[in-house]
Amino acid sequence: MAAAGTTPVVTPWWRDRRWIPWIVQGGVALAVLVVVAFLLGNLVRNLTAAGLLLSWRWLGNPAGFDISETVLPYDASLPYWRALLAGLANTLRVVVTGLVGATLLGTLVGTASFSSNGLLRRLARVYVEVIRNIPLLLQLVFWYFVVFLALPNGRDALQLPGLVLARSGLYLGWFTDPLHLSWAGPHLEGGVWHAPLRLTVEFGALLTGLVVYTGAFIAEVVRGGVASVPQGQWEAARSLGFMPLQTLRRIVLPQALRVIVPGLNSQYISLAKNSSLAVACGYSDLYSVAETTLNQSGRAVEVMLILLGAYLVLDLLISALMNGLNGLVQLRER
Amino acid sequence: MERSVTPAGWQRLRRELFASRTDGLITLVLLGALLALGGGFLRWALFQAEWAVVRVNSTLFAVGRYPLDQQWRLWLLTALLAAATGLTWGLLRGRSWPRNDQLATVLLAGLALAAPLFLQLSLAIQARWWGITALLLGLRWGAGRWGDRLPQGWRRWLPLQWPLLYLLGMVLISGGLGLMAVRPSDWGGLLLTLVQSSFAILLCFPLGVALALGRRSELPLLRWGSVLYIEFIRGAPLITLLFLGQNILGFVLPGGLAPDRVWRAAWVLTFFAAAYVAEAVRSGLAAVPRGQMEAARALGLPVPQALIHVVLPQALRVALPATVGQFITLLQDTTLLSLIGLLDLLGVARTVMANPAFLGKNAEVYLLLAVLFWCCCAALGLGSRALETRLNPNTLSAARA
Repeated sequence: MAAAGTTPVVTPWWRDRRWIPWIVQGGVALAVLVVVAFLLGNLVRNLTAAGLLLSWRWLGNPAGFDISETVLPYDASLPYWRALLAGLANTLRVVVTGLVGATLLGTLVGTASFSSNGLLRRLARVYVEVIRNIPLLLQLVFWYFVVFLALPNGRDALQLPGLVLARSGLYLGWFTDPLHLSWAGPHLEGGVWHAPLRLTVEFGALLTGLVVYTGAFIAEVVRGGVASVPQGQWEAARSLGFMPLQTLRRIVLPQALRVIVPGLNSQYISLAKNSSLAVACGYSDLYSVAETTLNQSGRAVEVMLILLGAYLVLDLLISALMNGLNGLVQLRER
Repeated sequence: MERSVTPAGWQRLRRELFASRTDGLITLVLLGALLALGGGFLRWALFQAEWAVVRVNSTLFAVGRYPLDQQWRLWLLTALLAAATGLTWGLLRGRSWPRNDQLATVLLAGLALAAPLFLQLSLAIQARWWGITALLLGLRWGAGRWGDRLPQGWRRWLPLQWPLLYLLGMVLISGGLGLMAVRPSDWGGLLLTLVQSSFAILLCFPLGVALALGRRSELPLLRWGSVLYIEFIRGAPLITLLFLGQNILGFVLPGGLAPDRVWRAAWVLTFFAAAYVAEAVRSGLAAVPRGQMEAARALGLPVPQALIHVVLPQALRVALPATVGQFITLLQDTTLLSLIGLLDLLGVARTVMANPAFLGKNAEVYLLLAVLFWCCCAALGLGSRALETRLNPNTLSAARA
């Protein structure tokens, strides 16, 4: 082919397979570096001009604002970091109870979609389709303003055995002495309810909203997991004389869990992140405390770093726990 | 068709609802609860609810504080959108009117007749809605009947009307080209929600695809950069990022360059959704066998072309349901704008209910918003499922055969 005397074809360097990756990466790195340097330069210049250069000393100054309900002891004279910590504890409180509630509700609805009762099956579908297509924030304000703030007070309050729902709060009965099974329910004293356990309506609305919303997604995860177990497993269990509920608990769920647990992980993380919408129904979680802190101290960068860091750690924690659980339920082969 | 309850129908009903004693009990309890709930709701909706809050504020819910003398631009845009929809719909279906189309027509006509009456709009505005609906349905009929007479070249370029219409719509909404400028802070209600979500949906998709490709790239710098971005965004709640956009963007951009509050939020939504779309697309990319890329390369296609013509079409088809799911989430997430003080649908609702005249009318307003969002999201979901069956190679070849 190549006659003597023609020069060999030389690939120019910009089309050389050995160089292309480096050229592309170098270009991207340069672009990113230039943009980041530009933004950071502006940030430092503007912060210096505003006298707000990165510092953490302000965290020790007294916060000066109140938080309506806290798990950790807190009052307005305590420093900012205590306020943020109290907010974090409030977030953890709603996330943990929300996880438990949403899992229970989701499992119930998810398994209900396999019921032999046609009405129950359809209702489970309707619940999922209605809840998933309405924004969570809208649901939260609905629960807070329409349901919980409309509750009557005093004698007219909604009374169930061991539970009273009033506008002043949710009152729960609890064991006063677990050993002797002595139980104290809510009781009315001078028009005011008293009970061993009182939750605010803000917490109640947030928890209800999160549980109902996440429950619909978890129901889908559970349904997918149960549907992934072959029909033959149900039939085999039945021919061995298992009852339907027994089959579900002993045969199907252990196998379905392998599919369910990874799906649950992402739902749990989104519940943790969604808890930041607490501000819409007046519950003081980490985000709402951080917002107040920023407005008072003007420390935008530090507050943002704390917020992002806290939620990242929370997500990683949930992921780690769920990965551990995943290791437990996966099929162990010899 | 026999519609009355036949013995077979009875049997089916019995099998579904009263198969055993427990089933019968469950059915009776559920039926009782449903009847009580439904009755209570109807009693409230018909006799107790005061729908005046919706009637009086319908303009506010639709467009916010958009200047009254400029609202003709939005009417024009709605009419153009209706025309484009009718044209596309007609050309797609031709002369046939499948059952779904009949249903949609009846629904549209019913909505155009009932909604203005319910809202007690003035006759002039009612007439506009009727005109727009007639335009849509008329073009559907006309394009279906005579569309095939259009020259083939014309028909090929017709889909281009959509991007052009989008740009034109942005000009009509915000002003420019000789139109009076309307500041974004004056947009509100459904208008703001739709502008924000459509902008974010359009831009987050290419960004998400790029990030997904970056995450699967063999170049370590691109891969780790994409992973870092995606995981950082997915680790943070949207509200903190919106908050960051409002508070930090002013610090990192030189004075005057930082966009308006509304556009800041739109960009944050875009960058946020891109990370989630990237994960959806990545799962689609993972579903395409490695051999596809290798075969394309062996045929001499350069990597970009192999990606565009061979790998991505297959990957995006697989990723379609998850991607549309993200779009639906994005549409719902626009409600968070009300938390940073913008007047989207929920923000307008909050200002309306702060008005002493409508204090305590929460239920009516929230119910209306819930119905609106539910319809939009359900429509997106239905559209995605229809597109899925259309793009499915099995049904495609069956339809052609």
